[in-house]
Amino acid sequence: MNIVNQMDLSFPAKSSNESFARSAVASFILQLDPTINELADIKTAVSEAVTNCIVHGYGYGDGTVYINVKITDKGKVIIKIRDKGCGIPDIERAMEPLFTTAGDEERAGLGFAVMQSFTDKIKVSSTVGKGTTVTLEKNIIRHRNSSGGADLGHGE
Amino acid sequence: MEITYENDVMTAYLKGEIDHHSAAPIRSEIDGKSESLRPKILRLDFSGVKFMDSSGIGLIMGRYRQISLLGGSLEVVNIPKSLDRIISLSGVCSLGVVK
Repeated sequence: MNIVNQMDLSFPAKSSNESFARSAVASFILQLDPTINELADIKTAVSEAVTNCIVHGYGYGDGTVYINVKITDKGKVIIKIRDKGCGIPDIERAMEPLFTTAGDEERAGLGFAVMQSFTDKIKVSSTVGKGTTVTLEKNIIRHRNSSGGADLGHGE
Repeated sequence: MEITYENDVMTAYLKGEIDHHSAAPIRSEIDGKSESLRPKILRLDFSGVKFMDSSGIGLIMGRYRQISLLGGSLEVVNIPKSLDRIISLSGVCSLGVVK
């Protein structure tokens, strides 16, 4: 597996940057000619991860969110979203659907469930007091190899 | 966001992208209006929503709670196809509010 392209992004942990973050990642991935659904899946998963950094990692305090996106020669996208915030004491529990520590915030507790459902693979590593890294992987189906017939007009 | 009120029905037409950042002002506007209007039905119209993450689910669940406390009921209408997956994943349909 070779990395054919990558990009790094960092920005202050402000909620107004959530929209910028998911749009920037989506723009970078456009070179793989993804479907609208694939793009929406990635935007949704990135939005969840970045929101977690802001709400939980930094607890609305100052900090920086780091994103690294790699594209492999097989059309796989690997997205690392990292904060240097408080860390997660119990990752398994944090990933349970409907579990949330932001009680009064109207968070649905579905962030990790959405990330899991909208990508092919998710890995969470976290150290209390040091921060959390979420790695999301998604295979973008290449139209020229597609035999499913779902993609129209992209044959080569 | 446009809000209309007619025959005890208050309708909020949600627009654009719903995320953690944009949900907060939407929430306070709807809650403020429904507290003063006390509608029998609060209808959230999603036809203008282009993107939504789980913050949109939080928005629905929170409005369900709030309007129930005020003695009204919630209806969620015109969910675009692109949001079907996140809606079904959330289990929000079990509230019986999605029309």
